[in-house]
Amino acid sequence: MKQTAEIGYDSRVETDVVVTKLDAALNWFRKYSLWPMPMGLACCAIELMGTGASRYDISRFGMEVMRFSPRQSDVMIVAGTVTYKMAQVVKRIYDQMAEPKWVIAMGACASTGGMYRSYAVFQGVDNIIPVDFYVAGCPPRPEALLDALLKLQQKVMREPLLRTLKKPGPALPNPKPAA
Amino acid sequence: MPALDLANRLREKFGDLLSPPAEFRGEVTLKLGDAERAPEVCSFARKELGFDFLLDITSIDNCGEDPRWTIVYHLYGIGHGCHLRLKTDVSEEKSEMPTVTGVWRTADWHEREIYDLMGIRFRGHPDLRRIIMWEGYPFFPLRKDFPLAGKPSDLPDVAFSKPAPLEGGPFVTAPGGKDAVEREPRMRTPEN
Repeated sequence: MKQTAEIGYDSRVETDVVVTKLDAALNWFRKYSLWPMPMGLACCAIELMGTGASRYDISRFGMEVMRFSPRQSDVMIVAGTVTYKMAQVVKRIYDQMAEPKWVIAMGACASTGGMYRSYAVFQGVDNIIPVDFYVAGCPPRPEALLDALLKLQQKVMREPLLRTLKKPGPALPNPKPAA
Repeated sequence: MPALDLANRLREKFGDLLSPPAEFRGEVTLKLGDAERAPEVCSFARKELGFDFLLDITSIDNCGEDPRWTIVYHLYGIGHGCHLRLKTDVSEEKSEMPTVTGVWRTADWHEREIYDLMGIRFRGHPDLRRIIMWEGYPFFPLRKDFPLAGKPSDLPDVAFSKPAPLEGGPFVTAPGGKDAVEREPRMRTPEN
């Protein structure tokens, strides 16, 4: 017997429906279409290219769109040695990315300065931008970078999206207190 | 051998300004007495002797000796395939010498690098500014009295630069060790 209700849903006529929270749905969309901004500075960039190539396919996770435009990307992968001169550029490009944005510091040089303990190398990109994941290795294997990206997907999934959407972004000067 | 002949021809033209050619394993080196005449000597070497390729200009910090700086030019001729090395001395009070960008345009960036890392100015250089460190960096890093870790300074707009944590010394490898564990880069004391 067909159930009658005010808002009827007949599974023989309409197809499968997934009931979920808006947070989870939007985060699901976000995590499967993270567009990286490849800040490929040195040798780690070669491994980043390798991850994007066909063998360690990053396109499996929807991240093959390596847009070199910060306005169109979600996650900045700092791959390589950051020198003091380049740090200014990295900061400027990070500022140009739109919220929400994440950062992965790939390799030893981006995480802590690596083997270059010297006057010219910035000892870790986390001195200027907030890093979500550090990938160890010199250079890290493509699988290690993919591991970091998968963990980033889990982090994206956990984000309390609607609460963040109601607050003004960090670029605006005076955030109002949450109502 | 042809490089020695060319060096001797250079010496004939300039007389006592140049020392007798020193030869070591096939490489000929001439010492130039007066750094101010370097563009003249280089111009003759390029036009008459065919050294049309400036391979490198580098500088040496003879810490504690006077004159403190030694500038070394590596010349090569594509036509005749000969190498020549010219060395001149610059004292620390002066820290300045004329540029050879009029002879080889590639000297532009080499001299900028020497200015950036050693602090030797080049008179007549079209664009003498820092090339590796950022504008406004107050030190000259490759001098012998500058520590490898760096000194604190200000990086405009972004941050500051702190000395890098060396953790006991630069990590060097011991080449020729019998396996990778021995060769592994670590801080080395004189015993190991």
